[in-house]
Amino acid sequence: MVTQRPDPDKLISRLKELETRATRGKLKIFFGASAGVGKTYAMLSAARQQLQLRPDTVIGVVETHGRKETEALVEGLERLPLKEVAYRDKVLKEFDIDGALARKPALILMDELAHSNVQGSRHPKRWQDVEELLSSGIDVYSTVNVQHLETLNDIVGGITGIRVWETVPDHVFDSADEVVLVDLPPDELLQRLKDGKVYLAHQAERAVQNFFRKGNLIALRELALRRTADRVDSQMIQYRRDKSVAPVWQTRESLLACIGPGDGSDRIIRKVARLASKLDVPWHVIYVETPELRHLADNRRLSILKNLRMAQESGAETGSLSGSDAVETIIQYARDHNLAKVVVGRDHARALRPWQQSFATRIGKMAPDLDVIEIAREEGPREHHHADPTDDSLLDLLKAPWQSFAMSAIFCAIATLISLPLFNLFDLPNIAMMFLLAVVLSAVRYGLGPAVVASFLNVAAFDFFFVPPRFSFAVSDVQYLLTFGVMLVVGLITAKLTSGLKFQARVSSRREQRVRALYEMSRDLSGALMPEQIAEISQRFALASFGARTAIYLADDDNHLDNPIDIPGGVTDIDSGICQWAFDHGVEAGNGTDTLPGSPLLYIPLRAPMRTRGVLVLEPNHPRRLMAPEQRRLLDTFARLIAISLERIHYVTVAQTTTVQMESERLRNSLLSAISHDLRTPLSALVGLTDSLFLANPPPTEQQAEIASSMRDEVLRMNSQVNNLLDMARLQAGAVKLNRQWQPLEEVVGSALKVMGSALGNHSVSVRLPEDLPLLEFDAVLMERVLANLLDNAAKYTPTGSSIEIGAAADSGDTIAIWVEDNGPGLPAGREEEIFKKFERGQKESATPGVGLGLAICRAIVEAHGGTIHAENREGGGARFIFNLPRGKPPIIEVGEDDVIQENVRS
Amino acid sequence: MTEPVPVIIIIEDEPTIRRFVRMSLEAEGCQVFEADSIKRGLIEAGTRKPDMVVLDLGLPDGNGVDFIQDLRSWSDIPIIVLSARTAEADKVEALDAGADDYLTKPFGAAELLARVRAQLRHRARATGVEQSVLEFGKLRVDFSRRLVEREGKPLHLTPIEYRLLSYLAANADSVLTHHQLLKNVWGPVHAEDSHYVRVYMAHLRKKIEDDPSQPKHILTEAGVGYRFVI
Repeated sequence: MVTQRPDPDKLISRLKELETRATRGKLKIFFGASAGVGKTYAMLSAARQQLQLRPDTVIGVVETHGRKETEALVEGLERLPLKEVAYRDKVLKEFDIDGALARKPALILMDELAHSNVQGSRHPKRWQDVEELLSSGIDVYSTVNVQHLETLNDIVGGITGIRVWETVPDHVFDSADEVVLVDLPPDELLQRLKDGKVYLAHQAERAVQNFFRKGNLIALRELALRRTADRVDSQMIQYRRDKSVAPVWQTRESLLACIGPGDGSDRIIRKVARLASKLDVPWHVIYVETPELRHLADNRRLSILKNLRMAQESGAETGSLSGSDAVETIIQYARDHNLAKVVVGRDHARALRPWQQSFATRIGKMAPDLDVIEIAREEGPREHHHADPTDDSLLDLLKAPWQSFAMSAIFCAIATLISLPLFNLFDLPNIAMMFLLAVVLSAVRYGLGPAVVASFLNVAAFDFFFVPPRFSFAVSDVQYLLTFGVMLVVGLITAKLTSGLKFQARVSSRREQRVRALYEMSRDLSGALMPEQIAEISQRFALASFGARTAIYLADDDNHLDNPIDIPGGVTDIDSGICQWAFDHGVEAGNGTDTLPGSPLLYIPLRAPMRTRGVLVLEPNHPRRLMAPEQRRLLDTFARLIAISLERIHYVTVAQTTTVQMESERLRNSLLSAISHDLRTPLSALVGLTDSLFLANPPPTEQQAEIASSMRDEVLRMNSQVNNLLDMARLQAGAVKLNRQWQPLEEVVGSALKVMGSALGNHSVSVRLPEDLPLLEFDAVLMERVLANLLDNAAKYTPTGSSIEIGAAADSGDTIAIWVEDNGPGLPAGREEEIFKKFERGQKESATPGVGLGLAICRAIVEAHGGTIHAENREGGGARFIFNLPRGKPPIIEVGEDDVIQENVRS
Repeated sequence: MTEPVPVIIIIEDEPTIRRFVRMSLEAEGCQVFEADSIKRGLIEAGTRKPDMVVLDLGLPDGNGVDFIQDLRSWSDIPIIVLSARTAEADKVEALDAGADDYLTKPFGAAELLARVRAQLRHRARATGVEQSVLEFGKLRVDFSRRLVEREGKPLHLTPIEYRLLSYLAANADSVLTHHQLLKNVWGPVHAEDSHYVRVYMAHLRKKIEDDPSQPKHILTEAGVGYRFVI
């Protein structure tokens, strides 16, 4: 029974997709079968219709080709200015992505999604510009012809005989939010063509005629209709999945495509892409690099990389694996990734020897549980470029320095010289052995070319000096032809074997070098304690391994890159804009990447586990060398190691600062408590001792009692000053830890009134708190202090008999306002703010005791609670001090249980 | 018959404060023994059969809380702790460990004597016959009949409010921490939800106090807990 549960991974990825979609701009594509069907016209009309709803619509790029109807639609729409790009002493106009991002319209029109940008633009393709616009939240309208879709490209090429090189990956098309098909029957299109209403740039007359044949147009129209239908179909499936109508557990159905170095790879990828999108399953594309494939020419390897990248852009997961046996590696990969269908290209029939089995058969034999799909080969002239996938051109193989050829000639001469005196002692076949030895030695020492030359020279020498008739090239006995043949073959085989071995040795030694370099670098990095050291180590390593100079940018806490770490010999001329771009997007930029490939520098974001730490900038001497897969892998590891080291250093610094902070806090705390203990103990003793005067026997006289009582009051006042000073010091040092609890305000008002007790004796105090005041989260002791200080102030600065009121109210916002007001003389005008400063008093010279810390303490406490405090004069006279506390989310009290019991009791 | 003289031990390392406390208590008619360390204090407590201990929390040979725990393992005599301001956490710890009341330094003779008298009175009540009716202010609580009256009219309390009130009444004059109230009224499960206590206390205050924001009976000790005064 198939499980009915939706695949959780799919649901999660769907949710993620929705999440990114919410912030992403929307892409609407106007899709047509060929040029001239009126896509641009349709796009402009749609934009104009929307103009009422979305006035912030601008034109990024629109080609009207001077046609009146289209021009008329452009009128009145804002056009972004194009950027002028110098290219081969011409100045071309190109879309200005930075301008568009800075302008940030709601909707932008971008004609011709498949367009390739002029070299030197940020992205090679316009669709990449569009992606960036979308990801920054701008909606985009664009147009595409069916022939420009990556996977349909070769089909269209097959139909029309014209291949276009400007393509859009299918995933861009598929992920578009809306696709509008702009359809025109072929006859009408032909009519329009005849009327000159279709603009065709840079196309030869004949090609145009070939293209716009009715048969072609019908086929193209069918393709476009079908592609749109496919899209609608997959939307339906998506819809059903969203509604979980028919959940599908499909991971086992995923496809694994294997590509080789041959030419058919792009074809395999396109076919698998189509298949995967039809089946709606994920797909993987891998390339297995076996030892034989390692000595492919660089351009061949690059084309493999290009194919893998194309697959990645089309939505595949790609991998370049290495293994001694391609079949085993593929099966292993399929098992690891739970892929049940393996797609391979069909082998050349003629390439197979009778004893060899086809690739597909071998996979089938080794893993009977996997489905194997063979993709047909494309028969055609394109296959002839490379006869044998593993061969470099023959001339390349034969190449060797001239000294090698000279040396093999010398070997030949030596063999002749040694053999001459032996001629009479040995039989001719044994003499031949000497020459064979010379051939073998040349092959071993100098490779294929010299070996071939040696074979010929040796055979010639043998013939000339020894084979009768001697001293002539004539051969009397035909059997010596066999000697020549054997010598040549032995020479060739030896040379081939040796060169293979040498190549292997060179590859292993290079690999060993890389590993050692990485090992040394990681060892050095592990000892690095400063970013400068890391920069210096990376510089050294990059120079040795890539022949590149480097620079490292570190990001600060605001994700801003400042200046590179200063090291001698670093890269100069860095475009900090690209640098910041690479950092923000977390994607490589510059040389050889999708973004600004024309730049001489390569910008690699340094991604560490916690966050991107910065950007590594490389200036390679030979940019092409960096493209080789091993080099890329090495470069990735290199960047990773640097990033991790930077992160490690970052956390070391964080840990150190924390330790220092903790230490200083501890010191401050112990200092404060020591001071407070030393100040308070004598005060406590003083209070007690003055009190004990009253207990003395005989009791004090009236005068003595009065003095003792004043002493006591003064000591208590001093005590409160000391308390204020210490509290202020504590609050300022950040040594106070808030003990925040949810509690009713009423409680702390009550305790503050009780604490103030006798000090308020001569004032009438009223409390007005609303019944429904929510619980507040605060530190009761500190809040009591705020209220006590405010009450104390009110009592001190108002005449006897004044009334003081404490009130509170829930604001409209998310704070609660609490106030203490009086009907006294009020605050000195204009000093409402200053009185909260330390050592500021309302009335400068006055007999009222205090140093002006009370309100400063109130402010510090309220602000520590995330609130604000201010003072004002009341309209009817008097002062009012108001503070706001955040409302927060009070806990819910379950009174239910208690009430239920009550109900039971009653009934 | 003369009343027995209460025996009080003062444990405090500061001699001037010790002397002042001794003078005050002796003037009240108590017999006072002094100790300047926990070790000495335990010896005195073990040998003098005290009626009460006045204990400073900061002593040279250890934390006063250790003393309380030690003493509580064999005696339930009242303990009043002396502590500095801004040391609410220490006070709560001492009260949770079993202390009955606290005094914040500096304190005067009048405050000290008021607390001492209250504790001695409470102890006398606790050792005497269990009171079945308690009257305070405008309220009358009849514990045997589980009835509460205010100005002669029956007052409706929920079961938790009643439990809270009876626990407060049983521990009148002592400071009760939120933790103690939760444990004894709600049960050990709720020991962390101190806002329960505050909310129910507010309900109870509304029912028994004339002005809940200036209470006469259920007093708040900010950051520590409550004190019930009759």
